[in-house]
Amino acid sequence: MAREVKMYTTPTCPYCKMAKKFFDDNGIKYQEFNIVEDKAAREEMKNKYDSLTVPTICFDGEVMIGFDEAQLREKLGF
Amino acid sequence: MTAAVYAARKKLNTLLISYDIGGQVLWTAGVENYMGYQFIEGLELMKKFEEQVKQFPLDVKTGERVSSLSQTDGGFEAKTEKGESYQAKAAIIATGKRPRQLNVPGEEKLKGKGVTYCSICDGPLFASENVAVIGGGNSALEAAEDMVKIAEHIYLVSLTPLTGDQILIDKVKAASNLTMFLEHEVLEIKGKDRVEGIKIRDLKNKEEKELDVGGIFIEIGLIPNSEPFKKIVRLNHLGEIEINCANETGVLGLFAAGDVTNVPEKQIVVAAGEGAKAALKAHHYLQRLSK
Repeated sequence: MAREVKMYTTPTCPYCKMAKKFFDDNGIKYQEFNIVEDKAAREEMKNKYDSLTVPTICFDGEVMIGFDEAQLREKLGF
Repeated sequence: MTAAVYAARKKLNTLLISYDIGGQVLWTAGVENYMGYQFIEGLELMKKFEEQVKQFPLDVKTGERVSSLSQTDGGFEAKTEKGESYQAKAAIIATGKRPRQLNVPGEEKLKGKGVTYCSICDGPLFASENVAVIGGGNSALEAAEDMVKIAEHIYLVSLTPLTGDQILIDKVKAASNLTMFLEHEVLEIKGKDRVEGIKIRDLKNKEEKELDVGGIFIEIGLIPNSEPFKKIVRLNHLGEIEINCANETGVLGLFAAGDVTNVPEKQIVVAAGEGAKAALKAHHYLQRLSK
């Protein structure tokens, strides 16, 4: 089953770009929510995932606040 | 990465250990002074560096941090946080710098919950809220200038008088929704699950104040990643590794380059040049060793 990855971003955030590059390079599809334009997504990130930092990355019931490639690799299992 | 490329071109058996590929440049939005590019995003420039590194048969270990470096009979042993151990006849330290933390109660607990070190990332999340920007240099002033357009009210808290460029100081001073607390220290970040406020103290009259803020942007400069090496090399008062103009640390076979060193002017082009110099010097050292 394909892994469902959600990522909350802002357009000016370098870490978001790093996270997108990581997923693209590794062929992992993700759904991106630009929280500057999408207010509902902003509220979801704040209230459902209790995060005030982008990128906030959600997959397999895990929530990663910020981008850390090594940690992400470990959690994704590769 | 430049040191690794130079070492590989000299056909040295080279291992590159780094937690990430790109370091500080990765979070630099735009670079306009690296020769060959009138403008390039930091991430894009580092991608190009990485591609160049990958052209050579180098052993690259990412996701690992060196936790200690010691001298052995044959040279050096680097141990990593994961418990791995690597040996080499010569070593180059090029570990750069990282954002400085305030180190006050509440900071660690509320990271990502209102405490942020990247205003261009998280600024939009604090629209119509009160926020505090900590610092008095260019980064703090740029963050304050950005937040003036987004937040309800901004408190600029600095340990010192403002040290940034006058053009930025003038812009920030002109903002009607900004209050400055200069020569004030941060004592505590308050909040249970999210940032709710900040406690500051006037350095002159010791008067304490609490400000109601939902976000805190910490922009108080960088510190060198030199801790794992402090037992083996000499550090200056800023924690930078002291080297001479040939990138020598004073320990035979151990070199250092870039922002982690006492070389003035922390610039990508300077760090890259220093990396090249260190690798060439390491090559000379190994040549002499084998004679």
